[in-house]
Amino acid sequence: MAQSKSRWSKLHNKLFEQNSLILTVGVLVTVSIGGIVEIAPLFYLDSTIEEVEGVRPYTPLEQIGRDIYIREGCYNCHSQMVRPLRDEVERYGHYSLAAESMYDHPFQWGSKRTGPDLARVGGKYSDEWHNDHLTDPRSVVPESIMPSYPFLAESELDFDNIAANLRALRMVGVPYTDEMIETAVADVTTQLDPYAMDFDGFQARYPGALMRDFDGDPSRVTEMDALVAYLQVLGTMVDFSTYEAEADENLR
Amino acid sequence: MSIAQGLRRAGTDPSTAAVFIITTLGALWSLFAAAYAPDAAMRGQSWLILGGFLTGIIMLVGVIANGGVIDDEREYNENLIKAGVIATMFWGIAGLLVGVIIALQLAFPVLNIEAFGFTNFGRLRPLHTSAVIFAFGGNALLATSFYVVQRTCRTRIAGGIWPWFVFWGYNFFIVIAASGYIIGITQSKEYAEPEWYADLWLTLVWVVYLLVFLGTLWKRKEPHIYVANWFYLAFIVTIAVLHVVNNLAMPVSFLGSRSYSLFAGVQDALTQWWYGHNAVGFFLTAGFLGIMYYFIPKRVQRPVYSYRLSIIHFWSLIFIYIWAGPHHLHYTALPEWAQTLGMTFSIMLWMPSWGGMINGLMTLSGAWDKLRTDPVVRMLVLSVAFYGMSTFEGPVMSIRAVNALSHYTDWTVGHVHSGALGWVGFISFGAMYCLVPWLWKRKGMHSKALVDWHFWIATFGILLYITSMWVAGIMQGLMWRAYNELGFLEFSFVETVEAMHIQYIIRAVGGLLYLSGALIMAYNVYRTIKGDVTEEDEHVIPQTAAIPAQ
Repeated sequence: MAQSKSRWSKLHNKLFEQNSLILTVGVLVTVSIGGIVEIAPLFYLDSTIEEVEGVRPYTPLEQIGRDIYIREGCYNCHSQMVRPLRDEVERYGHYSLAAESMYDHPFQWGSKRTGPDLARVGGKYSDEWHNDHLTDPRSVVPESIMPSYPFLAESELDFDNIAANLRALRMVGVPYTDEMIETAVADVTTQLDPYAMDFDGFQARYPGALMRDFDGDPSRVTEMDALVAYLQVLGTMVDFSTYEAEADENLR
Repeated sequence: MSIAQGLRRAGTDPSTAAVFIITTLGALWSLFAAAYAPDAAMRGQSWLILGGFLTGIIMLVGVIANGGVIDDEREYNENLIKAGVIATMFWGIAGLLVGVIIALQLAFPVLNIEAFGFTNFGRLRPLHTSAVIFAFGGNALLATSFYVVQRTCRTRIAGGIWPWFVFWGYNFFIVIAASGYIIGITQSKEYAEPEWYADLWLTLVWVVYLLVFLGTLWKRKEPHIYVANWFYLAFIVTIAVLHVVNNLAMPVSFLGSRSYSLFAGVQDALTQWWYGHNAVGFFLTAGFLGIMYYFIPKRVQRPVYSYRLSIIHFWSLIFIYIWAGPHHLHYTALPEWAQTLGMTFSIMLWMPSWGGMINGLMTLSGAWDKLRTDPVVRMLVLSVAFYGMSTFEGPVMSIRAVNALSHYTDWTVGHVHSGALGWVGFISFGAMYCLVPWLWKRKGMHSKALVDWHFWIATFGILLYITSMWVAGIMQGLMWRAYNELGFLEFSFVETVEAMHIQYIIRAVGGLLYLSGALIMAYNVYRTIKGDVTEEDEHVIPQTAAIPAQ
């Protein structure tokens, strides 16, 4: 390389090119600035997350369903983030709020829509449709390119340890109470039974949670139950009839 | 090897003992996990991890029985680089093959085998991205950085057995990650899918990598640190920071596979894309610019074009890149001020990127005729040209209005692949074509014509890939927002999927061509290593293993 005579080049040469530690520290400082300026404020600016009513932690069944959603890599093809663009709001519903994923560890906003957005898929289709669609997507959408998941309805749900999962989630900030953790295993079967003994207790813990058998086979608790329970709650927690998008505290 | 036998060996030095302790602890942990893991996936995978650690212990015993690793200051460590070259070729083909399979799954969904789900798109896609980025790209970076830092510092790599620990430990990480995806172990953060225990292991390996690299710089016999090493150093340091912060998580059990990310929702999203975009910026750009700054000048026998440009573009590139992450989150629930910052810096990033391109291309001043005579130079130069193209396309796509159309579509996939196949793939292949004759002391490659075939087949494959994805992405983006004369959305979602069938087939053909090029290369490399070299290649200047005293 041709050596330059400029003062700055000489300084660079003496300082960074002859001291590997100064170079390392220089790199570290240079790459830290952007991240600190952009990410750190999100943790303390109140305006980052809107004030809404209705967002609650997932029920144990929904949370297991969410873990299955992650396990199968659904996020690779489905976003959960409706943008405030006319066509998206008409196709999927109200644009997504930051508050709606405030208990999502990790977030599932996605980056690619090989299939449609799922942020508001809850309540759009019947449980039966979801069962058919997950077992064989082309039986209900002939042009679909989604893989089939027939094994979901066959697999017994493993939920003996779900209390430990909720405890881990509580440690990272999800407001699960001691009661919720104690009843976690029982709450899985409670949610699957619309006539459950603990109906009122469950509704007090998870207000508005859907209680029914999701896979159409009340004799078994399957992975299909959990995944459909998760899909059916997506985007349904916030009551948009009372949400004021133009209110000062919600403008960002 | 007769020369190697005459070289000094380290015996059972502290580094060997430390690695022995690490592998033993690892084996014990995986044994406990096999017995007591709360989830079935972990109980299965821990046997594989145990097998890996036991293999490590057996290898270590072999090394100790042999008198320790070779640790002789008279020679460069070339065996380490040879292992890296072979690993790069192996993972390159594996990653590309999985890529072709998932491309075909999108065109023909019947290829998702129904019975298990092990081979469904959702599990294979992270396998593909990790295999090409971290396995192929990572091994190319390990091999070239270990080569370049030794040669430009005129000293043997530091650290006794530690560089070998980095090589095997890193590849072990890849096996843990890849096998995990197949059985459904993932934390779902793109390009950071491995779970907490794999992340911890990688952190250990990476810190050792940094120390080995710095240790080699510390004992250098050249007064100056060469520009390629600045880029390698920036890559190693920054990836360490990104990896640790983005993977902060709370495991459900210290013997289980599942963990929950420390951050949630919007904060988690920006942390992830701060990581994700800088995996591109520092893993796939800074690291590979290190390759460019050594292998292009070396191959064409010309000095780097501008010293001052390299200083300016180095510092501005690493400063600006880190801000660009929010452009992945345009129009999302991320606050608008963050989106605007991300867009602004992404557009600014165009300039330092092209600074690197200009410095690489202009290094050929006075040697442009080599484009005609040396297919390896052609590959290296086209790689830098693709770098220039994708670093222009990137800033364009980061503009909010453009992003509204391009985001969530295959345009992004095409953009990534013009960088991945064009820039990262070709600069790595070019560097491997340089390294193989140098390391195995051959006059040239087995067949120069096959290098040419590789170049043209792969180039044609890239063109099919990116043009079909432009068409697919822009078409789908426009169809999503199309309205009919009555003011209703014109197309249902699945109609936009159906419309892309042909483009998906063309893309798979493009990928298949690119894979074919890599297979031709693997054959050529194999024959060269075997010693079937008849022609002398004037562009191959022999590099000795002995360290010049001077």
